[in-house]
Amino acid sequence: MMFDPGVILKHLPEIISGTGVTLALWIAGMVLGMFIGFVVATLRRYGGVMVDIPLGLVVEVLRGTPFLIQIFLVYYGGPFVGISLDPIPCGLLGLSIYAAAYYSEIFRAGYGAVPHGHVEAAECLGFSRLQVIRRILLPEMALIVLPPSVNLSVILLKESAVLSIITVPELTTTVSAIGSQEYAFLEAIFLLAVIYWVIVEAAARLGRFAESRFSTYRFSTP
Amino acid sequence: MTLPAISVRNLVKRFGQTPVLQDIDLDIPEGKVSCLIGPSGSGKSTLLRCLAFLEEATEGMITVNGEALGFFENARGERERLPSTQIRAVRAQIGMVFQQFNLWPHMTALGNVSEALKTVHKVPRKEAEERAMAQLKKVGLENRAGHYPAQLSGGQQQRVAIARALALSPKIMLFDEPTSALDPELTGEVLTVMRDLAADGMTMVVVSHEIGFAATIGHQISFLDQGRLVLTGAPADVFAKPRHPRLEQFLDTYLDRGASMLA
Repeated sequence: MMFDPGVILKHLPEIISGTGVTLALWIAGMVLGMFIGFVVATLRRYGGVMVDIPLGLVVEVLRGTPFLIQIFLVYYGGPFVGISLDPIPCGLLGLSIYAAAYYSEIFRAGYGAVPHGHVEAAECLGFSRLQVIRRILLPEMALIVLPPSVNLSVILLKESAVLSIITVPELTTTVSAIGSQEYAFLEAIFLLAVIYWVIVEAAARLGRFAESRFSTYRFSTP
Repeated sequence: MTLPAISVRNLVKRFGQTPVLQDIDLDIPEGKVSCLIGPSGSGKSTLLRCLAFLEEATEGMITVNGEALGFFENARGERERLPSTQIRAVRAQIGMVFQQFNLWPHMTALGNVSEALKTVHKVPRKEAEERAMAQLKKVGLENRAGHYPAQLSGGQQQRVAIARALALSPKIMLFDEPTSALDPELTGEVLTVMRDLAADGMTMVVVSHEIGFAATIGHQISFLDQGRLVLTGAPADVFAKPRHPRLEQFLDTYLDRGASMLA
Protein backbone atom coordinates (compact mmCIF):
# COMPACT_ATOMS: atom_id res chain seq x y z
CA MET A 1 0.00 0.00 0.00
CA MET A 2 1.34 3.44 -0.95
CA PHE A 3 0.85 6.64 0.95
CA ASP A 4 -1.00 8.90 -1.47
CA PRO A 5 -1.24 12.58 -0.47
CA GLY A 6 -3.27 13.25 -3.59
CA VAL A 7 -6.36 11.88 -1.82
CA ILE A 8 -6.06 14.67 0.72
CA LEU A 9 -5.84 17.38 -1.92
CA LYS A 10 -8.75 15.97 -3.85
CA HIS A 11 -11.04 16.17 -0.81
CA LEU A 12 -9.66 19.40 0.61
CA PRO A 13 -13.00 21.30 0.67
CA GLU A 14 -14.71 18.54 2.70
CA ILE A 15 -11.75 18.30 5.05
CA ILE A 16 -11.84 22.05 5.64
CA SER A 17 -15.57 21.94 6.27
CA GLY A 18 -15.17 19.02 8.72
CA THR A 19 -12.39 20.86 10.52
CA GLY A 20 -14.65 23.91 10.73
CA VAL A 21 -17.47 21.89 12.31
CA THR A 22 -15.05 20.36 14.82
CA LEU A 23 -13.57 23.75 15.72
CA ALA A 24 -17.01 25.35 16.07
CA LEU A 25 -18.39 22.55 18.24
CA TRP A 26 -15.22 22.43 20.32
CA ILE A 27 -15.12 26.17 21.02
CA ALA A 28 -18.87 26.44 21.63
CA GLY A 29 -18.77 23.36 23.88
CA MET A 30 -15.85 24.77 25.78
CA VAL A 31 -17.47 28.17 26.34
CA LEU A 32 -20.83 26.69 27.31
CA GLY A 33 -19.19 24.01 29.44
CA MET A 34 -17.08 26.58 31.22
CA PHE A 35 -20.11 28.74 31.90
CA ILE A 36 -22.27 25.87 33.15
CA GLY A 37 -19.34 24.49 35.13
CA PHE A 38 -18.79 27.82 36.83
CA VAL A 39 -22.48 28.13 37.69
CA VAL A 40 -22.49 24.57 39.08
CA ALA A 41 -19.37 25.20 41.18
CA THR A 42 -20.86 28.45 42.50
CA LEU A 43 -24.21 26.84 43.33
CA ARG A 44 -22.44 23.99 45.09
CA ARG A 45 -20.38 26.46 47.11
CA TYR A 46 -23.16 28.79 48.20
CA GLY A 47 -26.36 26.82 47.74
CA GLY A 48 -26.19 24.65 50.85
CA VAL A 49 -26.20 20.85 51.18
CA MET A 50 -29.54 20.42 49.39
CA VAL A 51 -27.96 21.81 46.22
CA ASP A 52 -24.44 20.54 46.72
CA ILE A 53 -25.23 16.84 47.13
CA PRO A 54 -27.50 16.32 44.07
CA LEU A 55 -25.22 18.40 41.84
CA GLY A 56 -22.22 16.50 43.16
CA LEU A 57 -23.93 13.25 42.26
CA VAL A 58 -24.59 14.40 38.68
CA VAL A 59 -20.98 15.51 38.32
CA GLU A 60 -19.77 12.13 39.57
CA VAL A 61 -21.96 10.22 37.11
CA LEU A 62 -20.83 12.39 34.20
CA ARG A 63 -17.18 12.01 35.14
CA GLY A 64 -17.53 8.34 35.86
CA THR A 65 -19.00 7.21 32.55
CA PRO A 66 -17.46 7.28 29.05
CA PHE A 67 -18.46 10.15 26.81
CA LEU A 68 -19.17 7.62 24.07
CA ILE A 69 -21.92 6.06 26.18
CA GLN A 70 -23.34 9.41 27.30
CA ILE A 71 -23.67 10.74 23.77
CA PHE A 72 -25.08 7.43 22.53
CA LEU A 73 -27.72 7.43 25.28
CA VAL A 74 -28.79 11.03 24.61
CA TYR A 75 -28.95 10.64 20.83
CA TYR A 76 -30.47 7.20 20.50
CA GLY A 77 -32.19 7.01 23.88
CA GLY A 78 -33.49 10.60 23.91
CA PRO A 79 -36.44 9.97 21.56
CA PHE A 80 -37.85 7.39 24.04
CA VAL A 81 -38.28 10.16 26.62
CA GLY A 82 -39.40 12.74 24.07
CA ILE A 83 -36.04 14.39 23.39
CA SER A 84 -35.27 14.22 19.69
CA LEU A 85 -32.29 16.30 18.69
CA ASP A 86 -30.46 16.70 15.40
CA PRO A 87 -26.88 15.46 15.47
CA ILE A 88 -25.23 18.89 15.76
CA PRO A 89 -27.37 20.31 18.61
CA CYS A 90 -27.20 16.94 20.34
CA GLY A 91 -23.42 16.87 19.97
CA LEU A 92 -23.06 20.39 21.27
CA LEU A 93 -25.33 19.67 24.24
CA GLY A 94 -23.44 16.48 25.07
CA LEU A 95 -20.03 18.09 24.73
CA SER A 96 -21.06 21.10 26.87
CA ILE A 97 -22.47 19.01 29.69
CA TYR A 98 -19.55 16.61 29.64
CA ALA A 99 -17.14 19.57 29.79
CA ALA A 100 -19.23 21.30 32.46
CA ALA A 101 -18.78 18.37 34.83
CA TYR A 102 -15.01 18.72 34.65
CA TYR A 103 -14.98 22.52 34.59
CA SER A 104 -17.13 22.57 37.72
CA GLU A 105 -14.43 20.62 39.54
CA ILE A 106 -11.74 22.96 38.23
CA PHE A 107 -13.69 25.99 39.47
CA ARG A 108 -14.40 24.27 42.78
CA ALA A 109 -10.66 23.94 43.28
CA GLY A 110 -10.25 27.54 42.10
CA TYR A 111 -12.69 28.78 44.73
CA GLY A 112 -10.83 26.83 47.37
CA ALA A 113 -7.46 28.25 46.34
CA VAL A 114 -8.34 31.90 46.98
CA PRO A 115 -7.36 32.79 50.57
CA HIS A 116 -10.47 33.31 52.67
CA GLY A 117 -8.99 36.52 54.08
CA HIS A 118 -9.33 38.15 50.65
CA VAL A 119 -13.07 37.50 50.81
CA GLU A 120 -13.30 38.70 54.41
CA ALA A 121 -11.56 41.95 53.47
CA ALA A 122 -14.18 42.53 50.78
CA GLU A 123 -17.04 41.64 53.13
CA CYS A 124 -15.77 44.16 55.65
CA LEU A 125 -15.87 46.79 52.93
CA GLY A 126 -19.51 46.04 52.19
CA PHE A 127 -19.24 43.88 49.06
CA SER A 128 -22.29 41.76 48.32
CA ARG A 129 -21.73 38.08 47.56
CA LEU A 130 -22.04 38.65 43.81
CA GLN A 131 -19.60 41.53 43.96
CA VAL A 132 -17.14 39.34 45.84
CA ILE A 133 -17.44 36.65 43.16
CA ARG A 134 -17.18 39.07 40.24
CA ARG A 135 -14.45 41.38 41.49
CA ILE A 136 -12.36 39.20 43.81
CA LEU A 137 -12.87 35.43 43.43
CA LEU A 138 -13.22 35.16 39.66
CA PRO A 139 -10.20 37.29 38.71
CA GLU A 140 -8.06 35.76 41.45
CA MET A 141 -8.87 32.21 40.45
CA ALA A 142 -8.44 32.92 36.73
CA LEU A 143 -4.72 32.26 36.96
CA ILE A 144 -5.24 29.16 39.09
CA VAL A 145 -7.80 27.56 36.78
CA LEU A 146 -6.04 28.45 33.53
CA PRO A 147 -3.58 25.50 33.27
CA PRO A 148 -6.17 22.79 34.10
CA SER A 149 -8.65 24.51 31.76
CA VAL A 150 -6.22 24.39 28.86
CA ASN A 151 -5.59 20.76 29.67
CA LEU A 152 -9.31 20.02 29.70
CA SER A 153 -9.87 21.88 26.44
CA VAL A 154 -7.27 19.65 24.78
CA ILE A 155 -9.01 16.53 26.07
CA LEU A 156 -12.34 17.94 24.94
CA LEU A 157 -11.11 18.46 21.39
CA LYS A 158 -10.05 14.86 21.16
CA GLU A 159 -13.28 13.63 22.78
CA SER A 160 -15.23 15.54 20.12
CA ALA A 161 -14.18 12.80 17.68
CA VAL A 162 -16.71 10.60 19.47
CA LEU A 163 -19.47 12.74 17.94
CA SER A 164 -18.84 10.84 14.70
CA ILE A 165 -20.92 7.96 16.07
CA ILE A 166 -24.04 10.14 16.00
CA THR A 167 -23.21 11.27 12.43
CA VAL A 168 -22.20 14.83 13.26
CA PRO A 169 -20.37 15.97 10.08
CA GLU A 170 -17.20 16.84 11.98
CA LEU A 171 -13.59 16.08 11.21
CA THR A 172 -13.46 12.40 12.14
CA THR A 173 -16.73 11.60 10.34
CA THR A 174 -15.61 13.42 7.20
CA VAL A 175 -12.12 12.04 7.01
CA SER A 176 -13.17 8.45 7.81
CA ALA A 177 -15.73 8.68 5.04
CA ILE A 178 -13.06 9.82 2.62
CA GLY A 179 -10.87 6.95 3.77
CA SER A 180 -13.55 4.36 3.07
CA GLN A 181 -14.57 5.97 -0.18
CA GLU A 182 -11.02 6.07 -1.55
CA TYR A 183 -9.72 2.94 0.16
CA ALA A 184 -7.10 5.26 1.72
CA PHE A 185 -7.43 4.36 5.41
CA LEU A 186 -3.83 5.03 6.32
CA GLU A 187 -3.86 8.50 4.77
CA ALA A 188 -7.12 9.32 6.49
CA ILE A 189 -6.02 8.24 9.94
CA PHE A 190 -2.67 9.95 9.53
CA LEU A 191 -4.31 13.17 8.39
CA LEU A 192 -6.71 13.08 11.34
CA ALA A 193 -3.86 12.73 13.80
CA VAL A 194 -1.99 15.64 12.23
CA ILE A 195 -4.98 18.00 12.19
CA TYR A 196 -5.94 17.24 15.80
CA TRP A 197 -2.37 17.62 16.91
CA VAL A 198 -1.95 20.99 15.16
CA ILE A 199 -5.09 22.35 16.85
CA VAL A 200 -4.02 20.98 20.25
CA GLU A 201 -0.58 22.51 19.89
CA ALA A 202 -2.06 25.88 18.95
CA ALA A 203 -4.42 25.75 21.96
CA ALA A 204 -1.61 24.83 24.33
CA ARG A 205 0.58 27.66 23.06
CA LEU A 206 -2.28 30.13 23.38
CA GLY A 207 -2.79 28.91 26.94
CA ARG A 208 0.85 29.35 27.85
CA PHE A 209 0.81 32.83 26.36
CA ALA A 210 -2.27 33.80 28.37
CA GLU A 211 -0.70 32.35 31.50
CA SER A 212 2.44 34.44 31.17
CA ARG A 213 0.41 37.56 30.40
CA PHE A 214 -1.92 37.05 33.37
CA SER A 215 0.79 36.20 35.82
CA THR A 216 2.91 39.34 35.44
CA TYR A 217 1.46 40.86 38.60
CA ARG A 218 2.42 37.86 40.68
CA PHE A 219 6.05 37.55 39.81
CA SER A 220 7.41 40.86 38.54
CA THR A 221 9.52 43.01 40.80
CA PRO A 222 9.48 46.81 41.02
CA MET B 1 -20.72 59.94 79.79
CA THR B 2 -21.13 59.89 76.02
CA LEU B 3 -22.40 56.85 74.18
CA PRO B 4 -19.62 54.30 73.59
CA ALA B 5 -18.63 53.72 69.97
CA ILE B 6 -19.08 49.99 70.49
CA SER B 7 -20.77 48.30 73.36
CA VAL B 8 -20.55 44.56 73.99
CA ARG B 9 -22.97 42.90 76.41
CA ASN B 10 -22.89 39.32 77.70
CA LEU B 11 -21.10 38.13 74.62
CA VAL B 12 -20.50 34.41 74.33
CA LYS B 13 -18.79 32.73 71.40
CA ARG B 14 -18.53 28.99 71.01
CA PHE B 15 -17.00 27.02 68.17
CA GLY B 16 -19.15 23.92 68.36
CA GLN B 17 -19.04 22.96 72.02
CA THR B 18 -15.79 24.79 72.72
CA PRO B 19 -16.29 28.12 74.46
CA VAL B 20 -13.92 30.75 73.05
CA LEU B 21 -15.37 33.85 74.66
CA GLN B 22 -17.45 33.95 77.82
CA ASP B 23 -19.53 36.74 79.33
CA ILE B 24 -17.72 39.60 77.67
CA ASP B 25 -18.89 43.09 78.67
CA LEU B 26 -16.90 45.85 77.09
CA ASP B 27 -17.37 49.48 76.06
CA ILE B 28 -15.14 50.96 73.38
CA PRO B 29 -14.93 54.72 73.98
CA GLU B 30 -15.28 57.05 71.00
CA GLY B 31 -12.18 58.78 69.67
CA LYS B 32 -9.88 56.66 71.79
CA VAL B 33 -7.51 53.76 71.23
CA SER B 34 -8.59 50.57 72.93
CA CYS B 35 -6.15 47.69 73.03
CA LEU B 36 -6.96 44.03 73.51
CA ILE B 37 -4.01 42.11 74.90
CA GLY B 38 -3.59 38.59 76.13
CA PRO B 39 -1.82 35.32 75.44
CA SER B 40 -2.43 33.23 72.32
CA GLY B 41 -5.79 31.53 72.45
CA SER B 42 -7.17 34.05 74.90
CA GLY B 43 -9.90 34.97 72.41
CA LYS B 44 -8.79 38.53 71.69
CA SER B 45 -8.74 38.07 67.91
CA THR B 46 -12.09 36.28 68.01
CA LEU B 47 -13.56 39.17 69.98
CA LEU B 48 -12.27 41.63 67.40
CA ARG B 49 -13.68 39.47 64.59
CA CYS B 50 -17.04 39.50 66.35
CA LEU B 51 -16.90 43.31 66.34
CA ALA B 52 -16.26 43.18 62.57
CA PHE B 53 -19.08 40.61 62.23
CA LEU B 54 -16.65 38.20 60.63
CA GLU B 55 -17.66 35.85 63.44
CA GLU B 56 -21.20 35.72 64.71
CA ALA B 57 -21.43 35.75 68.46
CA THR B 58 -23.31 32.76 69.90
CA GLU B 59 -25.03 34.86 72.54
CA GLY B 60 -25.12 38.48 73.59
CA MET B 61 -25.38 41.84 71.88
CA ILE B 62 -23.06 44.22 70.14
CA THR B 63 -24.13 47.77 69.37
CA VAL B 64 -22.21 50.21 67.19
CA ASN B 65 -23.01 53.85 67.93
CA GLY B 66 -26.29 52.68 69.41
CA GLU B 67 -27.25 50.44 66.45
CA ALA B 68 -27.43 46.68 66.86
CA LEU B 69 -24.79 44.73 64.91
CA GLY B 70 -26.09 41.52 63.38
CA PHE B 71 -28.61 40.60 66.03
CA PHE B 72 -31.21 42.48 68.02
CA GLU B 73 -33.48 41.64 70.90
CA ASN B 74 -37.12 41.53 69.83
CA ALA B 75 -40.17 42.43 71.92
CA ARG B 76 -40.21 38.99 73.54
CA GLY B 77 -36.58 39.32 74.54
CA GLU B 78 -35.40 36.82 71.93
CA ARG B 79 -32.25 37.24 69.90
CA GLU B 80 -33.08 37.75 66.23
CA ARG B 81 -30.91 38.23 63.16
CA LEU B 82 -31.17 41.53 61.33
CA PRO B 83 -31.73 41.65 57.56
CA SER B 84 -28.47 41.59 55.63
CA THR B 85 -28.84 45.11 54.19
CA GLN B 86 -29.09 46.46 57.73
CA ILE B 87 -26.10 44.40 58.84
CA ARG B 88 -24.10 45.83 55.95
CA ALA B 89 -25.11 49.38 56.87
CA VAL B 90 -23.84 48.98 60.44
CA ARG B 91 -20.67 47.22 59.27
CA ALA B 92 -19.97 50.14 56.94
CA GLN B 93 -19.06 52.21 59.99
CA ILE B 94 -16.23 49.82 60.75
CA GLY B 95 -12.90 49.42 58.97
CA MET B 96 -10.82 46.29 59.46
CA VAL B 97 -7.09 45.70 59.12
CA PHE B 98 -5.83 42.12 59.11
CA GLN B 99 -2.65 40.45 60.27
CA GLN B 100 -2.12 39.04 56.75
CA PHE B 101 -3.01 42.37 55.02
CA ASN B 102 -5.37 40.52 52.65
CA LEU B 103 -4.74 42.84 49.76
CA TRP B 104 -6.17 41.62 46.46
CA PRO B 105 -3.17 40.49 44.42
CA HIS B 106 -4.71 41.22 41.01
CA MET B 107 -5.14 44.92 41.72
CA THR B 108 -2.58 47.68 42.15
CA ALA B 109 -2.31 49.61 45.41
CA LEU B 110 -4.56 52.27 43.91
CA GLY B 111 -6.96 49.57 42.67
CA ASN B 112 -7.15 48.00 46.13
CA VAL B 113 -7.93 51.33 47.79
CA SER B 114 -10.45 52.56 45.19
CA GLU B 115 -12.21 49.21 44.56
CA ALA B 116 -14.89 49.43 47.27
CA LEU B 117 -15.69 53.02 46.35
CA LYS B 118 -16.24 51.98 42.74
CA THR B 119 -17.93 48.61 43.22
CA VAL B 120 -19.93 49.11 46.41
CA HIS B 121 -20.56 52.86 46.46
CA LYS B 122 -20.70 53.39 42.68
CA VAL B 123 -18.38 56.38 42.88
CA PRO B 124 -17.20 57.31 39.35
CA ARG B 125 -13.77 55.89 38.57
CA LYS B 126 -11.95 59.20 38.41
CA GLU B 127 -13.33 60.49 41.69
CA ALA B 128 -12.75 57.13 43.40
CA GLU B 129 -9.13 57.12 42.32
CA GLU B 130 -8.62 60.69 43.49
CA ARG B 131 -10.01 59.79 46.90
CA ALA B 132 -7.91 56.62 46.98
CA MET B 133 -4.82 58.63 46.08
CA ALA B 134 -5.49 61.00 48.99
CA GLN B 135 -5.57 57.98 51.34
CA LEU B 136 -2.36 56.59 49.88
CA LYS B 137 -0.76 59.98 50.47
CA LYS B 138 -1.91 59.80 54.09
CA VAL B 139 0.02 56.55 54.58
CA GLY B 140 2.99 57.86 52.57
CA LEU B 141 2.59 55.60 49.55
CA GLU B 142 1.41 57.92 46.78
CA ASN B 143 4.50 56.97 44.76
CA ARG B 144 3.57 53.26 44.97
CA ALA B 145 0.03 53.64 43.63
CA GLY B 146 0.73 51.62 40.48
CA HIS B 147 2.49 48.75 42.25
CA TYR B 148 0.91 45.37 42.78
CA PRO B 149 0.94 43.91 46.31
CA ALA B 150 3.64 41.40 45.26
CA GLN B 151 5.88 44.36 44.47
CA LEU B 152 5.49 45.94 47.91
CA SER B 153 7.16 45.17 51.23
CA GLY B 154 5.05 43.82 54.06
CA GLY B 155 4.99 47.18 55.79
CA GLN B 156 3.91 48.90 52.60
CA GLN B 157 1.22 46.29 52.01
CA GLN B 158 -0.17 46.83 55.48
CA ARG B 159 -0.19 50.61 54.94
CA VAL B 160 -2.12 50.09 51.68
CA ALA B 161 -4.54 47.87 53.63
CA ILE B 162 -5.03 50.67 56.17
CA ALA B 163 -5.60 53.17 53.34
CA ARG B 164 -8.12 50.76 51.80
CA ALA B 165 -10.13 50.66 55.02
CA LEU B 166 -9.87 54.43 55.51
CA ALA B 167 -11.11 55.16 51.99
CA LEU B 168 -14.67 54.41 53.08
CA SER B 169 -14.43 56.91 55.96
CA PRO B 170 -15.21 54.46 58.75
CA LYS B 171 -16.01 55.77 62.22
CA ILE B 172 -14.17 52.91 63.89
CA MET B 173 -11.00 51.08 62.84
CA LEU B 174 -10.24 47.55 64.00
CA PHE B 175 -6.70 46.20 63.84
CA ASP B 176 -6.07 42.47 64.17
CA GLU B 177 -2.40 42.07 65.07
CA PRO B 178 -1.43 44.48 62.30
CA THR B 179 2.32 44.10 62.79
CA SER B 180 2.62 40.42 63.72
CA ALA B 181 3.41 39.31 60.17
CA LEU B 182 6.10 41.95 59.72
CA ASP B 183 9.84 42.04 60.28
CA PRO B 184 10.69 44.11 63.35
CA GLU B 185 12.20 46.73 61.04
CA LEU B 186 8.92 47.16 59.19
CA THR B 187 6.61 47.38 62.20
CA GLY B 188 7.70 50.97 62.86
CA GLU B 189 6.22 52.40 59.67
CA VAL B 190 2.85 50.74 60.35
CA LEU B 191 2.79 51.85 64.00
CA THR B 192 3.59 55.40 62.85
CA VAL B 193 0.55 55.41 60.57
CA MET B 194 -1.56 54.10 63.45
CA ARG B 195 -0.21 56.77 65.81
CA ASP B 196 -1.14 59.47 63.28
CA LEU B 197 -4.60 58.00 63.02
CA ALA B 198 -4.97 57.98 66.80
CA ALA B 199 -3.81 61.60 66.93
CA ASP B 200 -6.58 62.47 64.45
CA GLY B 201 -9.10 61.15 66.97
CA MET B 202 -10.05 57.92 65.19
CA THR B 203 -11.81 55.35 67.36
CA MET B 204 -9.51 52.34 67.25
CA VAL B 205 -9.59 48.82 68.62
CA VAL B 206 -6.22 47.13 68.38
CA VAL B 207 -5.36 43.52 69.06
CA SER B 208 -1.62 43.56 69.40
CA HIS B 209 1.44 41.92 70.78
CA GLU B 210 3.08 45.34 70.76
CA ILE B 211 2.70 45.92 74.49
CA GLY B 212 4.84 49.04 74.21
CA PHE B 213 2.47 50.49 71.63
CA ALA B 214 -0.53 49.58 73.76
CA ALA B 215 0.97 51.16 76.84
CA THR B 216 1.99 54.41 75.15
CA ILE B 217 -0.83 55.01 72.63
CA GLY B 218 -3.71 53.07 74.20
CA HIS B 219 -6.29 54.91 76.26
CA GLN B 220 -7.93 51.70 77.39
CA ILE B 221 -6.33 48.31 77.90
CA SER B 222 -8.33 45.11 78.11
CA PHE B 223 -6.56 41.95 79.19
CA LEU B 224 -8.12 38.69 78.11
CA ASP B 225 -7.24 35.23 79.34
CA GLN B 226 -8.93 31.93 78.47
CA GLY B 227 -11.88 33.62 76.83
CA ARG B 228 -12.64 35.94 79.70
CA LEU B 229 -12.06 39.62 80.13
CA VAL B 230 -9.80 39.73 83.16
CA LEU B 231 -9.52 43.47 83.51
CA THR B 232 -10.13 46.69 81.58
CA GLY B 233 -8.87 50.14 82.39
CA ALA B 234 -6.53 53.01 81.64
CA PRO B 235 -2.95 51.85 80.97
CA ALA B 236 -1.73 53.59 84.11
CA ASP B 237 -4.13 51.53 86.21
CA VAL B 238 -3.80 48.24 84.37
CA PHE B 239 -0.02 48.29 84.30
CA ALA B 240 0.37 49.81 87.80
CA LYS B 241 1.93 47.59 90.45
CA PRO B 242 0.83 45.46 92.13
CA ARG B 243 -0.58 43.92 88.98
CA HIS B 244 -3.13 41.23 88.51
CA PRO B 245 -1.12 38.01 88.91
CA ARG B 246 -2.14 36.59 85.51
CA LEU B 247 -1.21 39.87 83.79
CA GLU B 248 2.10 39.94 85.65
CA GLN B 249 2.87 36.46 84.39
CA PHE B 250 1.87 37.43 80.84
CA LEU B 251 3.99 40.59 80.87
CA ASP B 252 7.03 38.69 82.10
CA THR B 253 7.19 36.97 78.75
CA TYR B 254 7.28 40.37 77.05
CA LEU B 255 10.00 42.11 79.01
CA ASP B 256 12.53 41.56 76.28
CA ARG B 257 10.10 42.50 73.52
CA GLY B 258 9.67 46.25 73.90
CA ALA B 259 7.81 46.32 77.18
CA SER B 260 10.87 46.53 79.39
CA MET B 261 9.92 50.09 80.18
CA LEU B 262 7.04 48.70 82.21
CA ALA B 263 9.19 46.55 84.43
